[in-house]
Amino acid sequence: MRVEEMRLDGNAAAGALREIFAHDMTTALVTCAGCARASPMGVLMNYGGPMGVILRCPHCDTVMLRIVSTPGGRYMDASGSSVMLIPERPT
Amino acid sequence: MTAELPAATASRLDWHVASVTDVRRETARTCSIVLDVPQWPGHRAGQHVDVRLVADDGYQAQRSYSIASPPEDASLVLTVERIDDGEVSPYLCDVLQAHDGLELRGPIGGYFVWDIAEGGPLLLVAGGSGVVPLAAMLRHRAHAAASVRASVPAHLLYSARTWDDIIYRDDLEQLAKFSDVTVAFTITREAPSDWRGYRRRIDRAMLEEIGWPPSATPRAYVCGPTPLVESVATLLVEIGHDPARVRTERFGPTG
Repeated sequence: MRVEEMRLDGNAAAGALREIFAHDMTTALVTCAGCARASPMGVLMNYGGPMGVILRCPHCDTVMLRIVSTPGGRYMDASGSSVMLIPERPT
Repeated sequence: MTAELPAATASRLDWHVASVTDVRRETARTCSIVLDVPQWPGHRAGQHVDVRLVADDGYQAQRSYSIASPPEDASLVLTVERIDDGEVSPYLCDVLQAHDGLELRGPIGGYFVWDIAEGGPLLLVAGGSGVVPLAAMLRHRAHAAASVRASVPAHLLYSARTWDDIIYRDDLEQLAKFSDVTVAFTITREAPSDWRGYRRRIDRAMLEEIGWPPSATPRAYVCGPTPLVESVATLLVEIGHDPARVRTERFGPTG
């Protein structure tokens, strides 16, 4: 299997995100702390696996969001995202 | 569109046990699971569910599967690609049967969805099992009044390895009988000897023939394996389509 086939997108992280957020987050507009470009969460590159979710900026590769599940709880590191705009209504 | 959040996106995401009413084979490598889900809040075409299997020792395996049925149907249908060495999909296709329970949560996702109220024209591009959420969109569209459908013509371009690997082939050919729906297949490996359609991977010429011109400002939905999705999305933008109207969903070979 080619490595690129293992890379999915933010849509595949929607369930993990809904464990934390009250709304669907795939339409949330997230601004990258690295390059300042904004992308819907659904288009971020997803390198996650069974341990959790790693979402990278599709423009510059910055790690924008990490979620790791542990027996004690979930870690979420959003230091690579400067702003998240969560739409009032799904688009 | 109403001003309220649909229940499909606003409720808490809890696990529920759905009741299997049928498991049917679609192709040699795919099956569809028909489910009765108590208190299903409704869904939008393009959404998926998470399915969880729990072993006696507590080990859990979880996978995401797209919803194949349109929001209008009473039953929820998931189509599963069977990965030979997978942990979940062989169980779903080979062992699961009517009257079994199946643990799931959903509907999930809001980016790769389409409602007929959003309009079109619709350009759907699928690779392999990536046709599943796109079929839900076409089925949803087919429920609309003829006058509404006429304002939202749809083209589907579907890449499969062989003729027999085409999921929902009969159903898609039925849907293509509507004058405003075009379905084109491209077969990348073995094609029948009398096959007159495309016999190559999706390329720019194919997208220009089947797709709409950028001036028609179609809404494009591209779903399939990551290399296909990224190639098609890049080509659509090169052709001149607005990147903001090209939505993508990458399917991984997780079994």
